[in-house]
Amino acid sequence: MTTSKEHGTPTFQVVYPGQPGDAPATLRNIAHRGGAMNPSVDALRATFGAAILRSEVVWGDTTVYVERAKVAEICAWLQGDPSQSYEYLVDVTAVEYRDAVRAIEVVWHLRSLKFRRFLRLKAELPKDGKTPLAVPSVWAVWKGADWLERECFDMFGIRFEGHPDLRRILMWEQYKEGYPLRKDFPMRGRFSRSEQLKQALAANPEARYSMEELSISDAFEDLPTDMRSRLLGGEKTGE
Amino acid sequence: MGLTVQPDPASAVSWNPQTQEGWITTRLDFLVNWGRANSLWPMPFGTACCAIEFMASAASKFDLARFGMERMSFSPRQADVLICAGRVPFKLAPVIRRIYQQMHQPKWVISMGACASSGGMFDSYAVVQGIDTIIPVDVYVPGCPPRPEGLIYGIMMLQKKVMEERMSNAGLRDELMPDPTSQLYIPPSRIDELSEPFGNSVHQTRSAP
Repeated sequence: MTTSKEHGTPTFQVVYPGQPGDAPATLRNIAHRGGAMNPSVDALRATFGAAILRSEVVWGDTTVYVERAKVAEICAWLQGDPSQSYEYLVDVTAVEYRDAVRAIEVVWHLRSLKFRRFLRLKAELPKDGKTPLAVPSVWAVWKGADWLERECFDMFGIRFEGHPDLRRILMWEQYKEGYPLRKDFPMRGRFSRSEQLKQALAANPEARYSMEELSISDAFEDLPTDMRSRLLGGEKTGE
Repeated sequence: MGLTVQPDPASAVSWNPQTQEGWITTRLDFLVNWGRANSLWPMPFGTACCAIEFMASAASKFDLARFGMERMSFSPRQADVLICAGRVPFKLAPVIRRIYQQMHQPKWVISMGACASSGGMFDSYAVVQGIDTIIPVDVYVPGCPPRPEGLIYGIMMLQKKVMEERMSNAGLRDELMPDPTSQLYIPPSRIDELSEPFGNSVHQTRSAP
């Protein structure tokens, strides 16, 4: 039961622009470059030293360029260390610039729900013909990286070393034309339309997915007891 | 009911309404076509925004049931007309081909919207440039997406087409067999012609066959 006394005084405060308690920053009132750096960068430098190449703040978000070989190690630390706690991998993607020499960048977007921080990691893969298009997989750190890395591999041809099942995910597995988001890929594809259609029609629509992907046998041990007993009894689960 | 047709004088049977029971004459294919045209069950193959307009057409305001499309057949084996509403990527090409092959004769196809008919604005590596390169199409409905009135006009055109079918036209309902090696049912050169870029498209070079 509420009394009139509890409703008596308003509990909100009036907030003025620019004063403490103002609305979060938007693109309208933050600088393109510069601003407060994510404190994780200093912690990264203290922990990994020379593996952290450089950092910048763009539109209020911190980007850290890290050494390619150390990515998995750095991500494991960022996820596991209690002072960082980046428990959410938002995206794994890559950027290729329309430039003959500028490196291809692989991008990881991390978010710490605990500290409300956003961090962007980038690793550069120079187009010098010697550097392999490969980075370590972070699948062991975040299981959600599985399909993100597969998509990145499918579209850019970047190999994620240590990924358990690196196959194409958007294009079909027998796709022969290359990697569609690369800048040297023609927008209509490399083959003629009839050839593309021929190859697409040759695929068996039911052979795309392996039975392991569709079956629940792997998850059987994790199922509740009653469901397990029903499945063992041969009862159909319903469709 | 409007079922009576003036018989051809050569094959006309003379009858006297004063002396005989009432009966009507009609051509068998007229009767069959009348039945088919007014009970076209659609198999919706909706992949994009055209499917939203298709749903609007099927819903109460536009009411496809008026045309005998009382229910959507989500099984191709119980469908008469495949309505492809939306763009078809190459990954779906074998799927729509399989669905078409699973439908029983007689069957028709409506290609709804610009993307299904020609690839539309998606002149890219991933999208089929017109489903007529995969399956035969009876009616193309232009629009991006077409309004329900447009689709209904296409359906009425299909009904008219069904009414004009003749049983004497042998082979009309034969199953189309694609070339066993390439799985294409029209020559590759024709497909390349059909898929040529048009309008403001940019010509690009290709490096392989």
